[in-house]
Amino acid sequence: MIIIEPRVRQLLGDDALNTFPDECCGFLFGREERDGTRVVIDILVVDNSKPGDKTRRFQISPLDYMTAEQHALDHDWTLLGIYHSHPKHPAIPSEHDRVAAQPYFSYVIISVPDKNDKGSIHFRSWLLNDNQQFEEEKIADYQFIS
Amino acid sequence: MATVIIPTPLRKFTNNTARLQVSSGTIHSTVQELTRNFPDLKKHLLDEGGNIRSYVNIFIGNDDIRDLQHEKTPVKDDTVISIVPAIAGGAPDSPFTKEELARYNRHIIIPGFGIEAQQKLKAAKVLVIGSGGLGSPVLLYLAAAGVGTIGIVDFDVVDDSNLQRQVIFGVNEIGKPKVEAARRRLEGLNPYIHLNIYNTHLNSQNALDILKDYDVIADGTDNFPTRYLVNDASVLLGKPNVYASIFQFEGQVSVFNYRIAGGELGPNYRDLYPAPPPPGLVPSCAEGGVLGVLPGIIGSLQALEVIKVITGVGETLSGRFYIFDALNFESRTFTIRRRDDNPINGRNPTISALIDYEQFCGMRAVEEAPLKEITAKELYDWQVKGEKFQLIDVREPHEYDIVNIGGELIPLGTVSDNSNRIDSDRKVVVHCKVGGRSAKAIRELQEKFGFTNLYNLKGGILSYIDEVQPELTKY
Repeated sequence: MIIIEPRVRQLLGDDALNTFPDECCGFLFGREERDGTRVVIDILVVDNSKPGDKTRRFQISPLDYMTAEQHALDHDWTLLGIYHSHPKHPAIPSEHDRVAAQPYFSYVIISVPDKNDKGSIHFRSWLLNDNQQFEEEKIADYQFIS
Repeated sequence: MATVIIPTPLRKFTNNTARLQVSSGTIHSTVQELTRNFPDLKKHLLDEGGNIRSYVNIFIGNDDIRDLQHEKTPVKDDTVISIVPAIAGGAPDSPFTKEELARYNRHIIIPGFGIEAQQKLKAAKVLVIGSGGLGSPVLLYLAAAGVGTIGIVDFDVVDDSNLQRQVIFGVNEIGKPKVEAARRRLEGLNPYIHLNIYNTHLNSQNALDILKDYDVIADGTDNFPTRYLVNDASVLLGKPNVYASIFQFEGQVSVFNYRIAGGELGPNYRDLYPAPPPPGLVPSCAEGGVLGVLPGIIGSLQALEVIKVITGVGETLSGRFYIFDALNFESRTFTIRRRDDNPINGRNPTISALIDYEQFCGMRAVEEAPLKEITAKELYDWQVKGEKFQLIDVREPHEYDIVNIGGELIPLGTVSDNSNRIDSDRKVVVHCKVGGRSAKAIRELQEKFGFTNLYNLKGGILSYIDEVQPELTKY
């Protein structure tokens, strides 16, 4: 289970909307409880460094990655995972996501079906299992939107 | 000693250590040392050929070793090496157009359903047998839900009396084949799906051929021969059969011949009812009637079970039998199990191919002598010529009040008690609405009292109205 605080949801949604129709990306920081529950406390927004079309792909530069690891150390946080958006696509990982995925990390995907409909934004989180397949990680405090 | 900074995702392979000390040398020797000390790291750092994986970056300070001397880059005592996973990804190459994603949004956002289930719906092929009371909601909801391929089997044409419950049709379609009317309605509802229509009676000759191309069968038929035919064909082809039926105020639903992935095969209709009831005991909706909203309820439950079978979401009614009583609003769910003596897939199955289901259900019972029949035209001839005969109507009083052709009213349940009212010295014509109940009355009277002068009016009063007195009220 992963808990994403409302303020963090706001930050994630804003980054996804501001970057639309391109994919946004960044890092998730926080702590891991004894029972394995993850709590996301803050994010680090980074540039989508994918050359060319960024509407269907994202890439994070190695230097940004090293910055993120240092950022976690500086705040005594754990680097919990990565977020990125799927503009006009559902919040499920693609094959592109799977092949490049790292173990341990939570992959939070932000779906933005429609830029003008903020209520349509939703999140899902995914974790790699031992067979290099994604399994959904439940996001606590799911808000029902009719 | 040089230092290696392990990225967070790989620390579970290094006893949660972020910084490791390694001997100086080259990147190649460093990686060798790491994978020797922490074997679980190997598959994450090296590919099958022993080379550093393309999505693993190794940095010395802020420099990628690809910009230095690759694996031969020297490692000194004060070198700080960072292992940096490549982070990349992107949206899927979706099988859905953006119009479809918008259409199915309320499915896709349900936790536990989502795009995976929607993709399964799109890939699924469902055959709906019967497009009447049950078929109407089943077809409408499956088409709306985005089931990619839907087949519709029906031989009938739309009749005004259908519109009390068969909500897929309208007055403009009266007289047209049901499958064509249904297709037009569904095309207007969902342009992203594919529809196949079969304007035919499903029978032992064509059933396997029609069913074989589908993943799930939805049986919405109203008669026993077709119900056993659909069951047996589904079992022989190994396809799940989502079953529903309705009568007056009661509805039933179950899922037959369904195997959950890796699980046991569930029971089928013959585990519940190995053999059909005697003909005439259970009237059809045309004879017994049905409350119009009931197929709406039961057909919707049937559509629900079809969607669950396709998507694997939730627990289906396989192994359970659901009954809804609309009058007192009570539901009951029974457990049903496979029987060893099931003739089609028990321990010693006796059926390995489709049989004659009309005969099996006693509709064409070979051991019984055929009844004497009279057509509506022949009856009219008798009336015109002044032939001496008695006319008996075995329908119920309320039906008699709607329309009658001057017969003596003796409802089916009372014929034996009123046998003294039936002449034995002249011809007697017995009729009901469409001919089923009158046939039953005649057999009862022949068996109990030895009548030999009874004639069944073929097609009942409806046929008489059609051919002789179209000005009378049909119901």
